[in-house]
Amino acid sequence: MLAALVQQPQFTFSGGNRVSEQTPFTIEQFYKYIGQGKLMGGKCKKCGKIHLPPRPLCDKCFSKEFEWTQIKPKGKLVTYTIIHVAPPQFQQMAPYAVGIVQLENGLKIPGMIKEVAMEQIKVGMELTIAFDSTTDSQWPQWPRYYFKPA
Amino acid sequence: MVTQEKENHLKGKPLVSIVSAGLSRFGKLEGLYAREIFAQAAEEAFNRCPNLDPKKDIKMLFVGHMGESYEHQGHTGATVADWAGLLHIPATRTETACASSGAALRAGVFAVLSGMCDVVMVGGVEKMTHRTTPEVTEYLAMASDFPFEQWHGITFPGLYALMATAHMHKYGTTEEHLAMVAVKNHHNGFLNPKAHMQREVTLEQALSSRVIAWPLKLYDCSLITDGASCLIITKPEIAKKYTDMPIQVIGSGQASDSIGIYERESLTSLIAAKIAARQAYEMAEVGPEDVDVAEVHDCFTIAEIIAYEDLGLCKPGEGGGFVESGKTRLNGKLPVNTSGGLKSKGHPVGATGTAQAYEIYLQLTEQAEKRQVKDARIGLAHNVGGSGATATVHIFRRE
Repeated sequence: MLAALVQQPQFTFSGGNRVSEQTPFTIEQFYKYIGQGKLMGGKCKKCGKIHLPPRPLCDKCFSKEFEWTQIKPKGKLVTYTIIHVAPPQFQQMAPYAVGIVQLENGLKIPGMIKEVAMEQIKVGMELTIAFDSTTDSQWPQWPRYYFKPA
Repeated sequence: MVTQEKENHLKGKPLVSIVSAGLSRFGKLEGLYAREIFAQAAEEAFNRCPNLDPKKDIKMLFVGHMGESYEHQGHTGATVADWAGLLHIPATRTETACASSGAALRAGVFAVLSGMCDVVMVGGVEKMTHRTTPEVTEYLAMASDFPFEQWHGITFPGLYALMATAHMHKYGTTEEHLAMVAVKNHHNGFLNPKAHMQREVTLEQALSSRVIAWPLKLYDCSLITDGASCLIITKPEIAKKYTDMPIQVIGSGQASDSIGIYERESLTSLIAAKIAARQAYEMAEVGPEDVDVAEVHDCFTIAEIIAYEDLGLCKPGEGGGFVESGKTRLNGKLPVNTSGGLKSKGHPVGATGTAQAYEIYLQLTEQAEKRQVKDARIGLAHNVGGSGATATVHIFRRE
């Protein structure tokens, strides 16, 4: 079941942005990276499992030692829906498409699908992740990513 | 996977007996508070069981309740215990989203099996209809993952729609198959005087209803409903003191899964439900082929199709064909959701688990009137929390 989750990352991030060992492996930090246009996961140093989102404790081996790894923001749509009845904060956007994308490393991630006509959305289509750095005024003020045709 | 070694000594033995049960009216109960609706269910359970002295006999209450948001009211255990006339007994709320009262029943089983309580009340309640649909949509979504699902606008119907699209793509399940679940359950609900929507629907009506989250349409979704349910459970050895017709709980299973469906290996099956079912079957020493009547968690029509497969009532991928075959109709080989299910009876989320058990209680004691299944001896209730991060399965037997 977990085999798909332990594939090698595209490359390990360690560059100009000075990602330190102390950067917390949290959902908050994941979204900070989204705001910088990067899809980042937490790689367990002990067993190699990549967590997307990152976690403070590896659910496979219970290690607390991680490193950030940048994940290639490309994959295939595995399922989707068109939301017509939305909660209050999304009502103005409805109808809108959301789906789950399986990334090239096997991990899956959900999000909105934009910049494509809804009738052209198909299971199996290639999508890339786009980054939207605008934030809401209220908690949690995270930027959002979305999917668009590759 | 979860092992059963610890529960081996329980195999094939009654865990607890149900000596009474109560259900409020289900529907839009205007002007009533959750605690007042729970009192309706409690009153029926007390009236059904004249040998029970509620104040003296009932030693504990577990109540399933999902959301404080609806009435701005938490601390549901003490609140409903008081309104049921059971002031001062220990009363605890269980919360596992839409499986909250499946978990309450299981907590009650633990309380009785531990030897600490001989008689326990378990139940559930939710008051929802005074809120707008967008508000309810938001509150229900709280049972799903916030940072990756709610944050990206994925609603609760949206999560099941994602499973439906995946099931259709993988197995060729059709929108007609989904609609057949609605037609069947509305027929059963039409025969249930306590159901929220006592109305037949046609396949055409279901298929042409407005889209909520494609491919799910209005008639693929369960109802926003007010309601409460409860059971009185006892140690099996003393059940006959209270009733001539006790129903035994012979299997109990519960499991959890990732809150986000995107983290799961399968999008066409609920692993928690499969694990809970296996636990319950093994404990009860029965198999899917022994089940005479089942209540399954049809929060959306696709969920009933997936439930058939997860419970082993049919093979994986064959759920669509299974509903089409008519086997799960009231006159079929294995009637499913004779109450009308969440689809037609309604889905007051916290009340649903013990409301399913209530219907099985009626069936196994031959009190289900127009929807009575002939000679039903073994019943099953399958209760799912949220998009499948919790599931409980209970198996019942006529004594």
